[in-house]
Amino acid sequence: MTAKIEPILGRYLHLDINDCPHRVYFEETGNGIPLVCLHTAGSDASQFRHLLNDQEINGKYRIIAFDMPWHGKSLPPAGYHNQEYKLTTDLYSDTILAFCQALALDHPVLIGCSMGGRIVLHMAEAFSDKFRAVIGVEASDYQEPWYDRDWLHRPDVHGGEVCSALISGLVAPQSPLEYRWETLWGYLASGPGVFKGDLNFYRADSDYRERVSRIDVHKCPVYLMTGEYDFSCTPEDTIRTAKKIGIEAVIMKNLGHFPMSENPNQFRKYLMPILTEIIDSGVHP
Amino acid sequence: MLKALKNLVNKNAPLVARGRFFSEKFVIGVGENDWLIETQCGRIIRVDKGPFLMHSWRFSIRASIDTWEAFWQPVPLPGYHDLFAMTKSGNAIIEGDIQPMIANLRYIKEVLETLRETPSGRTHDC
Repeated sequence: MTAKIEPILGRYLHLDINDCPHRVYFEETGNGIPLVCLHTAGSDASQFRHLLNDQEINGKYRIIAFDMPWHGKSLPPAGYHNQEYKLTTDLYSDTILAFCQALALDHPVLIGCSMGGRIVLHMAEAFSDKFRAVIGVEASDYQEPWYDRDWLHRPDVHGGEVCSALISGLVAPQSPLEYRWETLWGYLASGPGVFKGDLNFYRADSDYRERVSRIDVHKCPVYLMTGEYDFSCTPEDTIRTAKKIGIEAVIMKNLGHFPMSENPNQFRKYLMPILTEIIDSGVHP
Repeated sequence: MLKALKNLVNKNAPLVARGRFFSEKFVIGVGENDWLIETQCGRIIRVDKGPFLMHSWRFSIRASIDTWEAFWQPVPLPGYHDLFAMTKSGNAIIEGDIQPMIANLRYIKEVLETLRETPSGRTHDC
């Protein structure tokens, strides 16, 4: 057989989140330190397909990327048809903890982008004993909003189209067209109101400006990296957050808000040294 | 030179198709000058330079000449690469009834971006 088949394995995990049954889709490759990937708001874990397939990384890490409930191939919980989806810090945090516990992951590294980058700050502060390190991509303790999220879910505007068109400018102009449009597909294909529901967490329930200085990087190392073309979580937002934590932020050239999916080759130049440092430091709580 | 918009958009069949439900008048403000753009099913049928005495339009997008010049560079610098990067920083302002703009956002953004295909100096006549 000559067909190209990727090494990624996808499976469905049944787990309870706050006593509510969920069916969660996840993909994984590799062996080694667990590296759990958290996708951006309104998209899904396919953003990490390049990372999962990276032989230099999956030779040292067990890379695991899951679709949050309501996203990608993970279903919304039963009864969703009468609910308005609203992510919160507690729900997001409970979901990550339940997922890691269900797979019995031993002190995983978390890497999250955008809202995933925001929640890893919470995890580093509140659960420093559970994680080996966290990597916040396009991450900050707070950012100024730049549009009215009520436009994202209403009958006179196509939700997928508007989500995609809004965030399209967050992709750097240098990113390959193929990957730009693959990144945007995640938004075009998202369920109604899901991006808006994620933004409840991102905009209304995750102002960590008073909290990030409490992170102890000796217990749980934190790495922050942001693309220069990201005007949502700006380099200035990340640098400000890094200073409070007492670390250096990495500002990435020719990248926007979705480094791992919009330009994976450019992203890995910045990510590899961090992943190597985590292994070399041997930090294990 | 915003007059170029008409040809740049109308020769771009996929772009016109994306705007097939967009028949509106809107204004692009470049520095002190307003340009009234009228579309019919995605085709641009009119580009007029102001000032206008008694015209109406649904929404306007305004920025300084320098801001538009930066936006229309083939590879714009961070902060000038997207309409909303410029509104967030206060370098551009959107006003009026924006529902038609939001409902056709990809089309509108791509119409504005067509001017990146023209040689520099496109705002000299603005």
